[in-house]
Amino acid sequence: MISMTPIAYVLLSAVLFAIGTTGVLVRRNAIMIFMSVELMLNSANLAFVAFANKWGQLDGQMFVFFVMTVAAAEVAVGLALIVAIFRTKHSTNVDDLSQLKG
Amino acid sequence: METLTFVLLAALSIAAALGLLLSKNAIYAALFLILNFGTVAVFYLLLNAPFLAAIQISVYTGAIMVLFLFVIMLLGAEKLAPADSQAGQTWQRPLAMILGVGLFALAFVVIAGGGNALAPAPAVAALDSSPLAIGKMLLTTYSFPFEVISVLLLVAMIGAVVLTRDK
Repeated sequence: MISMTPIAYVLLSAVLFAIGTTGVLVRRNAIMIFMSVELMLNSANLAFVAFANKWGQLDGQMFVFFVMTVAAAEVAVGLALIVAIFRTKHSTNVDDLSQLKG
Repeated sequence: METLTFVLLAALSIAAALGLLLSKNAIYAALFLILNFGTVAVFYLLLNAPFLAAIQISVYTGAIMVLFLFVIMLLGAEKLAPADSQAGQTWQRPLAMILGVGLFALAFVVIAGGGNALAPAPAVAALDSSPLAIGKMLLTTYSFPFEVISVLLLVAMIGAVVLTRDK
């Protein structure tokens, strides 16, 4: 198990992260942007676990545990925000949310 | 055998991520993301992290994605408006593609040239990643972050209730 170099996993992680970034930039729907952010967090987790396995240390897996917890908290608050915005604006399109523009 | 598993799953994982990126229906996008999370859980098993694989399935594909699907269906937002597929400015989409590919190219250069950290693994002792070892570490070395994260979850829970409460 330990023999396989982590480079393949880190490259895969980079591919997933780039796809997630493109999703955040291309999509206009707040829920889709949010799901792309989840994909990016997940790709970072994959790199953490790959390095934890490479160095034989548990700390990387601990960090993944904490990232998952933060992601769960983020989704709870973020989706509540999207629902609250949808109630007033009847839209989840981020281009419609421009009140803060000076 | 491990290499074959990795290649097949990596292809599936990237295909699922592209499905999320390109799909016109938010429900399909969420299901593609669940598939992607599932393949990542198998990678965790390959990487000697069985506890995280179980957490990945139960927390990510179980709790988080169910919440996503629930909100998509609650808002009736599954059919994405045409405005979503064609971004506000016409230059926005190609620029996003160029930046995404550029980010990967940059990461590839760094990783491919990546010195010591990515060199073939030295002979390290097999990692004990049983739930017992993880639990011990969580309550000794990482006991303070563990307590902080519990406060964070409490705040998130209260925040979600306050934000969605009817005035």
